[in-house]
Order: sequence, then C-alpha cells, then structure tokens
Amino acid sequence: MAQKAIREADGKRMIARLLKEYTNKKYTVDEKFVTVGPQTDLKRLPAIYKWLMKEKLVVKPDQLIKRRGKSKLLLLNVDWKEAEKWIKQHMNKPVTVGTVTGTLDHFIVEPFVPHNENDEYYLAILSQREGDQILFHRQGGINVGDIDAKAVRMSIPIGTYPSASDIEKKLLSNVPKERRELIAGFIEGMFKFYADLNYTYLEINPFVVSNNRVFPLDLAAKLDDTAEFISGKKWGGIKFPSPFGRTLSKEEAYIEDLDSKTGASLKLTVINPEGRVWTMVAGGGASVIYADTITDLGFMNEMANYGEYSGDPNEEFTYLYARTILDLMTRKKNPKGKFLLIGGGIANFTDVANTFKGIVRALKEYKEKLRENKVKIYVRRGGPNYKEGLRVMRELGEQLGVPIEVYGPETHMTKIVTMALKGGK
Amino acid sequence: MARKEYILFDKDTQAFIYNMQTNAVQRMLDFDYVAGRKTPSVAAIINPTGSDGFQKFFFGPKEILVPVYKSMKNAMDRYKNVDVMINFASFRSAAASTEEAFAFPQIRTVVIIAEGIPERRMRELIARAKQLNKIIIGPATVGGIVARAFKIGNTGGTIENIMDSKLHRPGSVGFVSKSGGLSNEAYNIVAQNTDGLYEGIAIGGDRYPGSTLLEHLLRFEKNPAIKMLVCLGEVGGSDEYTIVDALKKKQITKPLVMWVTGTCSKAFKTEVQFGHAGAKAGSDSETADAKNDALKAAGAVVPNSFDDYGEKIAMVYRDLVKRKIIVPTLEPPVVKIPMDYNTAIKAKLVRRPANFISTISDDRGEELLYGNMPISEVFKKDIGIGGVLSILWFKKLLPDYATKFIEMAIMVTADHGPAVSGAHNTIVAARAGKDLISSLVSGMLTIGPRFGGAIDGAAQMFSEAYDAGKTPQQFVDDMKIKGVNIQGIGHLVKSIHNPDMRVTIISSYAKKHFKSTPLLDYAREVEKITTSKRDNLILNVDGCIGICFVDLLRSELTKQEADDYIKMGALNGLFVLGRSIGLIGHYLDQKRLKQGLYRHPWDDIAYMLLEK
Repeated sequence: MAQKAIREADGKRMIARLLKEYTNKKYTVDEKFVTVGPQTDLKRLPAIYKWLMKEKLVVKPDQLIKRRGKSKLLLLNVDWKEAEKWIKQHMNKPVTVGTVTGTLDHFIVEPFVPHNENDEYYLAILSQREGDQILFHRQGGINVGDIDAKAVRMSIPIGTYPSASDIEKKLLSNVPKERRELIAGFIEGMFKFYADLNYTYLEINPFVVSNNRVFPLDLAAKLDDTAEFISGKKWGGIKFPSPFGRTLSKEEAYIEDLDSKTGASLKLTVINPEGRVWTMVAGGGASVIYADTITDLGFMNEMANYGEYSGDPNEEFTYLYARTILDLMTRKKNPKGKFLLIGGGIANFTDVANTFKGIVRALKEYKEKLRENKVKIYVRRGGPNYKEGLRVMRELGEQLGVPIEVYGPETHMTKIVTMALKGGK
Repeated sequence: MARKEYILFDKDTQAFIYNMQTNAVQRMLDFDYVAGRKTPSVAAIINPTGSDGFQKFFFGPKEILVPVYKSMKNAMDRYKNVDVMINFASFRSAAASTEEAFAFPQIRTVVIIAEGIPERRMRELIARAKQLNKIIIGPATVGGIVARAFKIGNTGGTIENIMDSKLHRPGSVGFVSKSGGLSNEAYNIVAQNTDGLYEGIAIGGDRYPGSTLLEHLLRFEKNPAIKMLVCLGEVGGSDEYTIVDALKKKQITKPLVMWVTGTCSKAFKTEVQFGHAGAKAGSDSETADAKNDALKAAGAVVPNSFDDYGEKIAMVYRDLVKRKIIVPTLEPPVVKIPMDYNTAIKAKLVRRPANFISTISDDRGEELLYGNMPISEVFKKDIGIGGVLSILWFKKLLPDYATKFIEMAIMVTADHGPAVSGAHNTIVAARAGKDLISSLVSGMLTIGPRFGGAIDGAAQMFSEAYDAGKTPQQFVDDMKIKGVNIQGIGHLVKSIHNPDMRVTIISSYAKKHFKSTPLLDYAREVEKITTSKRDNLILNVDGCIGICFVDLLRSELTKQEADDYIKMGALNGLFVLGRSIGLIGHYLDQKRLKQGLYRHPWDDIAYMLLEK
C-alpha cells in the first residue's frame, strides 16, 4: 500500500489511450510498442505488429532499471532481425546495474523516432506534501546530467491545475518560440493525466518534438496503489513488478503466497542464508527495530533474515511461517551456533499465548535439528495474556533441551539482541 | 471553555465516533473510568448506515446509553461542545466524511484511523485543514492519548496495559511517533524510564500524514506541563529534517530524545518497502542513518541504537529531576475496572450454571455435529434421514435395518388423502389465504387421540397389556369391560379379506429384519380374536407402525429407555414428521390451483337452534 513503480510499457499505454482525453484530442500518441516477456514467441510478433518489419526500432529492458543508456542496455535504430537477436542474447541473462544484479526478462520494442539532439526535452512531475512540482529542462536524453540543478521548476498547489499560458511563462522561456505553445499544451495535458490517474512520479526523458508532434521516448513512473479503487479501471489491469534484482527464493515466494491467503500479514526476506542471527518478530514496526538493532550493534553480516508476522494469523499460518524459518536456519551447521530471536513489542489486543501456539508446534517439530545446530532461542513479548505465553515458552525450553531465554515487557524490547550477540546484559 | 491552542484533548473533551465501533467506544469509556473522568469521552456515535437510537456501554460497573445518530448534522446540533471526531470510516470514504466534519465550525480535530487513503486525496485534505485551521491526526494510525484525560479509540491496548504503562495519570513526557503499532511499547519505555507520559500521538505511517511529527513537538513545546520530548521517526520522507531545522532555530528548546528507525535498510540490496507506506528511502537523505546524524548534530539526544533509547530517556529525565524542572509526585490510588464476564470465563475465574443444556447437536465448531458425527460424515456414511432421526431423537445411530424402518414409517404416514381432518384443515387454511406455516400448523393441530394418535396409543396399550402378562384374550376382554376401543385395531374399509398393503409391507419387513417381534406377534394374536368378531377389526397401519416400533426400540435400547421414549410421545413425533410432508403437499396444491376461500355450504349444516 504505497507508491509503486510501473513498467514503461504500462505508462506509455496509458498515455496513448488517455492523453487525448486530457487535451481535447489535440495531442495523440500512438500505441505503438511491444512488450516481450519470457513467454513471448518472438517469431509470431511481426505478423501481429506489422510495423516491426517496416520501421527502424528501439529495444530496451522494461524492468524499472535506471539509466539504461549508461549501462549499455539500449539498442537504437535497428531492424527487427537485429532487435530479435539482441533480445535473445539478453533474455534470462544476469546483468549488473550499479550494485544490483538481476535477470533480464522484460523488454520493450518501439519504433525509432529520428531526431536531433536539440529536439529532446526533459519533463518530470513529482508529488510533495503541499502540492506537485513540474520539472522541465530544454535538453533531455541520457546525457542530461544533474537535472536537480538544471531544471526549471513550477509548483502547483494541491487541487489546482496550471494553464498552458502559465506553463509557457514559467517553464518554457528557454525553448524556441515556435515550439512553446505545443510543449505547453503537452505539459498541461500531462499534468491532468498525472493528477487524475493518481501518479506520484512521472519522468519523461526525453520527449521529442518532431513534425509538430510530441513523442515521449523514455518513461519512468510510479502510481499510488491505494488509489486503485478510483483509477484502477483507467490503469487497466496493471501489475506492479518487483524492483530490478529482487527475485524471490522458493521460501520467500512460499511466504508471499501464504500472506496472500490470510487477512493477517506474513513477510520474509532472506538476507544472508549463512547468517547466524534469525528473527521471528511480531509486528511491522518492531521487526524493523530488531533488524536495526542487529545492524547497529555491528552484526549486519550475521543478519540472516528480515520478516514479520502481524494481524493475528491463526495457529496454522504461524506454524507454517515458523517452520519455514526453522527449516532455513537449520540447513547448514555453523560451529559457533546460531540465534533465534522470537521478538515483539507489547501487543494491542492479540492474545500472545495463542499466537505462540503455532511457533511452539514448529519448535517441537524441529527439536533435533535445533539441538544439532546449537540454536539458542531468545523470546521477548508483551500484551494480552503474555504471562501464559511466556510460561509456555519457558517450559518448552526444558522439554526440548534447547536453551530458551524468555522475557516480558519489563525488559527493553531489543535487549534480547544484546543478550544474544554480546552474550551479556 | 475554549482550550489553549496547544491542547487538543483534555479531561472535558468529548468526541464523536464516526461508524459503529463498539469495542473502541468501550475501551475509551474504560479508560475514562480509570482516569477518573466525570463524563464519558464519547458524546455520541455517528453511524451513517444505521438509524438513530442508543447503544449500551459500561462506564465502570454501571451501564450507560450513548446516543447514535445517522446524520452528522443532528449530532453536531445536539452536542455543541464536541470538537473532536474520531473517524473509523474505511479508506474509501474516510476523506469524504472528514470533509463533511470540516464543514462544522465546532470541529477542531479529526482523527482518521483508516489505512490506504489515496495520497492525492490526503494532500487535498491537508490543504483544506490548513485553510480552515483544523487538525488531522492520521491516517493509518491508532490515534493517541493524553494521560488521565482522553484516549483515542483503541490506543494503549488493553486496560491492564494502560494501567501498567501508567496512562491513567499524567507524567511530564510528550511523545510522538509515526507507528501506532509500536505506541504501546513506547509508552511502556516512557513509563519505565520517567515519571510517565503526558501525551502520546501516533501520526500514522503514510507518506502524507495529516499532521507531522514537528507540529506535535511544537505543541508539546508550548505546553508548560510537558517537560521533555520523545520522538520516534522512520526511514523515508523528510519530516525529520523539519525537526532538525526547528532545533537549529530554537523553536524546540525542551530536551528531545529521538531515534529514527530503519537503519537496517542498508542491509538490503534492492530498495525495501517496510510496513508503512512512507517507510522507503527514496534518496540518501531519507535514510535513517542520515536523519539520526542530522538530529544529533542539531542537538537532539540520539541513542546509538534503539537498544539504549530507554537509557537516554532516563538520563534526560534524571537531569530534569536534578534541576528541579520535574518534581516527581506520589502515585494516585488505582481504580479497578470490573473484569468483563467473557474475559473472566476465559481465564477460568468465574463459573455459572447454564440455563440450557443440549446433548444432541453442536453448531459451534468448524463443522456441524449431529451427536458426535460431523455433517460431512453424515453424508459420507450415507446414514439417510432415518440415521439422522435416530441420532437426534434417540442419541444413537441405529443399525441400517432400523433406520430403513424409520424411513418406511415416514413414507407410509406421509399422506392419507385430502379428506382426513389434518389435510382438510390445511386445505381450508390455505384457501383462506394463510401462509405455509399457518396452514401446516392448522392441520397439525388436529393430530391427537382420534386422528393420527393411534400409533402412540396402540404402542402404549399393547405394550402395557403385554408387559402385564395378559393373554390376548384377557386383553380383549378387559378392554371390552372397560368399554374402550383398542387403539390400532379396526379400519373403515379394509378387512381380513382385503388387507391394507401398508400393514403388509411394514409387518413383513419387521418379521424379516427385526431381531425379535414379540409385541407384533402378540398383536397378531389379538387381531385373530377381534377379526373373529368382525372382519374389519384388523391391525391397522397406525397400530402396526406403533407396535413394530416398540419391538424395534426394545431390541436396540434398554427397555426403560424404550418405554420412556414412548411415554414422551416419540411415536406421535413420527406421525407428525411423516404427515407434514403430505400437509405441505396439500398446501402447495391448493396454492398452485389458486383455490379461493372455502365456505361450507349451509345445506350441509343442520341448524337446530332452540325454539323460543
């Protein structure tokens, strides 16, 4: 529930279909692009999209990658044969952009729009608390440089829309006179598009002016996914892709699937499967703080996972969640042993003893493996019926022969992190 | 009674609750009671989808009525003193209802609980609030609390936690955070390390909260009762830098202990979205580390990690005590709230004899139970209507031959034409325009000693005679002396030469499948005697069913149990059950045929009034 990045193709599709509505039909952008995914049959495309064979093309990955041009992930002015070859070469291949490595599996193919460098312009719209801001620069493209320093800005108070003449006055003084009206009208329409469709970020770099028409060449955008109930129809069945480089492991995907089946929340990210510190924390806020504290105490490299369970998942879901973590953490032994932190703040209304039931079941099941892996368990939790919950945990320690230390709200929430990692109080 | 601008809630504040949130209201009233408030903090509930009325709540041990209004305007007109609305509307409608509330000058603060309000909509609300000089707390929050004075909705958790965190009496700390989920933890930390909370606000985890951390810190700064500030920030956004500026500009002069969570984000390779919508670092300055550094540089007390947050708070508190800025006071006496009955039950603290007992079925579990049999097994084992009946009536799944017999009994008693009294009554009632149940019952009420009751009567009479050891002849003679007709003997048209097929079917089934049929054999002997007198004095279908049923029950249950069921009228039940099939049929038949009101013809009634 937040701002979510969308694929370039989805943004362009919306512009092609809707920009005319926001500009009294004065501006039209063709819906002329093809998305190629891992399942796409490349051979069949020219039959469906006749223009692929007739025009020069542009190909680039469409996976929320920034500065594709700089990373040589951009193929310009080629025919379909070359485009097809390039896609085949790159499809399902790992690539490193900056510090992130991910697999390429989505591409966008478009007609190449021949133009001069001085036909390129930069446009961005972004949202702030008081209103929105339009950023414009008379140059655009991959070599635009430090746009924050160069762009002209115009602030639009929330609830208002700028007129074309205002835009012309405030943003376009550096643009050749004969193009000002055309660009102002385009920006006016794009702003309405942005606001009405609940975008939270939109960057078109560059858009090109050619033959008295505007062509958005490269686009990056985010939508406010909470506005789905307002704008969802106009978005048109959109899917929000994961950030580039985030591929889910089998276990992460499993937890994501569990999460989608319950009204409660179950989250898991494996950071370092060889890490010695595993957490199973109740609550979104508390889970971040546990991860923070592990990091702040200098054990970032030992932090194995991040995750949380909240919203009162039933015993079965908590059990499956706990089991997944116990399985991951007992796969490979470490002579120095491992720690499991079953943490949490003071619950509002959730019965703590109840939520522990599923965890206890999983711990019993993994008794042998926990012992073999020299796992030491620390528990900290408060809230309704916490005393009973903690008592059950203490007893369990004796039953399993696994060391379990148990603390309630009288102990600072993250104290168990220090106890585990620094072996003291 | 205008409040100072830095005070949003005090011990006289009353609020409207938007939407029917009875748990939240009760929790507010419980807090009011332990805080020693004289008036409840909820003036009224606005329930746009309901109707005007009242809702019952506890105020301590007492019950009170809280008015419910459908129209916001009516609530506002009636309660002019209310300046807070706690809005529990959903993310779809929260913005509209907040705007509606803004239109009333008396409303100063609106708390929005919903998570997932579109950002653009929220920013419009923020602009509107600024224009009208109103305050929004939330969205996506649990709310906040002013110790001893006013609690928003579900803030603070259970009443036990509120007492443990000492929220029933004021301390000197003003606390503000984004997260509502962590506020219990934060209040606990404050309670353990200082003289307690004065006010705590959770502004909510959205990117555009209605009011900011800084706005609340500036309010706390102006409030002379608050001596120190504690704040919990979060990765993402730039709200914390406005606090840095305020520190630099000396707009905040009271000591501030602050920590920004999300320092772990550097452990993730790709950008992470934590639980809150706003909790994502879009740039380096939005990271928790950058914010913590900036705050520290500006003079806030910033711990090294969350781990020494409490210690830093304690350190600042001790210093304020040393400098006599805070003078600790004695703890006030604790008021106890009576425990809820349901909680007490769960904790096994009370017991009470139940008013009702049920031993035949249970609808509370995952699956409906007939006896001990889950409904899925009822079908898996295909126990039929006879099996279900045997479980629900006799608390035992009888063997197949017996449940089959029950079904046969239902089948043969299902109908006996339109002329018999039950069907007749049903038909007359149906034609008088009555509904199915009335028509059915009208027919059913004729069942008794003369109509349909013979099953029961025969079973009783024959088994009494048999059990008393009377020979068939003695039995017939006795009844003759008493002048009583033997129930279950005799038929209007059928006779020994023209047997009733139903009797043949029933009795031959019993002879073939029952373990033993002593009473049926006895009845056949009785029939021999009676038919020797008149050939239509045969064992009729009612008698046959009743008598066979006694044989059946006696072979499957103890004799005592079997006799008890007969005394209780279980056999009448069998007839009622079977015949209702036919009665409903007659009802439907009449309706289908659109038959008009029946009026009995005069010429069929002999009018014989007394002559004058």
